[in-house]
Amino acid sequence: MRKLKNIFFVLIFSVIVLNSSNSAEKSPPFLETKWTFKGLFGKFDRASLQRGYQVYTEVCASCHSMKYLTYRNLAEKGGPEFSEVEAKAIAASFEVTDGPDSTGEMFVRPAKLSDKFVMPYANEQEAKAANGGAYPPDMSVLVKARKGGADYIYSLLLGYSEPPEGVELDDGVYYNKYMYGNKIKMPAPLSDDLIEYTDGTKATAEQMSKDVTNFLMWSAEPHLEQRHKTGFRVIAYLIILTVLVYFTMKKIWSRVESKV
Amino acid sequence: MSDHEYTPSSKFGKWFNDRLPLLTLANHLTDYPTPKNLNYWWTFGGILTFCLITQIVTGLVLAMHYIAHADMAFSSVEHIMRDVNYGWLLRYVHANGASMFFLAVYIHIFRSLFYGSYKSPREIIWILGIIIYLLMMAAAFMGYVLPWGQMSFWGATVITNLFSAIPLVGESITTWLWGGYSVDNPTLTRFFTLHYLIPFLILGLVVLHIWALHVPGNNNPVGIDIKKPSKDTVPFHPYIVIKDAFALLMFCIVFAMFVFYQPNILGHADNYIEADPLVTPAHIVPEWYLLPFYAILRSVPDKLMGVVAMLSAILILAALPWLDTSKVRSAVFRPLFRQFYWILVADVLILGYVGAMPAEGLYLLIARVATAYYFAHFLIILPVLGWKEKTTPLPLSITEPVLGGSPNFATAKSDEKIEKTIK
Repeated sequence: MRKLKNIFFVLIFSVIVLNSSNSAEKSPPFLETKWTFKGLFGKFDRASLQRGYQVYTEVCASCHSMKYLTYRNLAEKGGPEFSEVEAKAIAASFEVTDGPDSTGEMFVRPAKLSDKFVMPYANEQEAKAANGGAYPPDMSVLVKARKGGADYIYSLLLGYSEPPEGVELDDGVYYNKYMYGNKIKMPAPLSDDLIEYTDGTKATAEQMSKDVTNFLMWSAEPHLEQRHKTGFRVIAYLIILTVLVYFTMKKIWSRVESKV
Repeated sequence: MSDHEYTPSSKFGKWFNDRLPLLTLANHLTDYPTPKNLNYWWTFGGILTFCLITQIVTGLVLAMHYIAHADMAFSSVEHIMRDVNYGWLLRYVHANGASMFFLAVYIHIFRSLFYGSYKSPREIIWILGIIIYLLMMAAAFMGYVLPWGQMSFWGATVITNLFSAIPLVGESITTWLWGGYSVDNPTLTRFFTLHYLIPFLILGLVVLHIWALHVPGNNNPVGIDIKKPSKDTVPFHPYIVIKDAFALLMFCIVFAMFVFYQPNILGHADNYIEADPLVTPAHIVPEWYLLPFYAILRSVPDKLMGVVAMLSAILILAALPWLDTSKVRSAVFRPLFRQFYWILVADVLILGYVGAMPAEGLYLLIARVATAYYFAHFLIILPVLGWKEKTTPLPLSITEPVLGGSPNFATAKSDEKIEKTIK
């Protein structure tokens, strides 16, 4: 029993360490929504990822790049899982500059599955110039780059309101209660019926926020489903092995007069 | 090294062993007499060896895919996460492995502190351990710089800037460390080289650490010298091997929970933003395992003295065998020391907590008090306790304690007392 207590101590200690390392900056509690990717067997909602891609490409992509994503990713397992034909069609709707060809000229061609997501701006300077000096961050790993992760992004998208009394905002600056410092240069990006979902789902602001956050979560953790699946197997295997080793240990130590 | 002469049974074995006594070594490691009353706190040596090997193996594979260049480091890490087969697993094991390594080393160190394992004749084992710990911190710090995220860059800037506090030559040393006038590509490439080198230095020191351990043999929870081999000991194999294996598996379950279900909880979100020399993060904090020392650094108003305090906090441990004047090793027989021990544990946890908080107001005050207490524990309390404290009677051996009853009963009773005092 005492040994068990010791083991518990180790666990408690690790929890203390965990909590102490997460220094808290106080912000209002995030909006709550149910994420399918959380938990022991968490998986992405496939339809939501596909809708999320639609929101990204029709709304966000006009300012935000996703430079670590490739069009082939859209058809890969564990992601939105568009069919290869669909993914090819999506890629082909974008144009990329390739070359030089055999005559030394650069040329424009439709994108292929192996191409990276086309960026909205040629460079950071152009992006800043087009957005009042603010740089729209790349969204490939955005969920992991923000404290609060998916909950934070979802809340931020729905967190716009008129500024409270006494808060002065400059031109091109908006009030968002979840943003660090409450001031954000991105205008509220989503409003009801801004886009028309191809699968007929009603495009409320909440629905679009949830879908696009799901999509961003996948883009930040493209192997999440495999990780959860492998993790469950690894831990189950370890637990069984631990139990077997425990009884082996008891048996071996029964030869000496000492507790183990 | 071995307590008895060993002769291999086969003719070839004998021929080989006469030229290179590897079989004698193997025999020594198998038969190595180990106190039979070791508790689970003694399993962390084996766990730490596992951690080191894990870091080296995953690190080698990661280095095959990683690109040490300021423009490409961040995207090469994303390449590992997305396109390398099981790259996500390798990287998450390596990143969380560092945290698990430190978790284990802190338990290992505090076990030594409780049972007086650093005392004569084990001073060299202890000092080798402190050097390993220092190298671990250096390796971990440089490893954290490699992904070239915001915390990597600014953490490197803050820590390397500490050297500029050295009078006269400080600025030049900092420039020399950077390989330029700020943290940049030359800094990254040299950190990568050193990050690759240090684990092998640690490996060499671990061999010495274990060698030095095998001369006097293990300390034990009762803390008395025992005859080896005797009925107080068991051979290392199979008794300790199977027990270490059991403990290691328990440890691996916790490890796996982090890797597969919370792989980023021990890191800082800002490190998923690519390094930008023009944007300073709101709070620059090191990884959790360095926070107590970070708190000590910031609790001193003067930069140079802060650096001195931080270094002293680690180096003071090397002098511990001589600062602790008590002849009794185990805290089980030192009622007063036991209480101060737990206060020290709390003190270090508090330092870790305030290290993560902004250095202002109440947090700064707490950090200062905790820092002062940390040094007082080693410089005042321990030397004084040695001659003031009335220790309880020591048993004659593990199996034949003075007061009768079984040895485990005796220690178990004292441990219950400890728990009562904590409450």
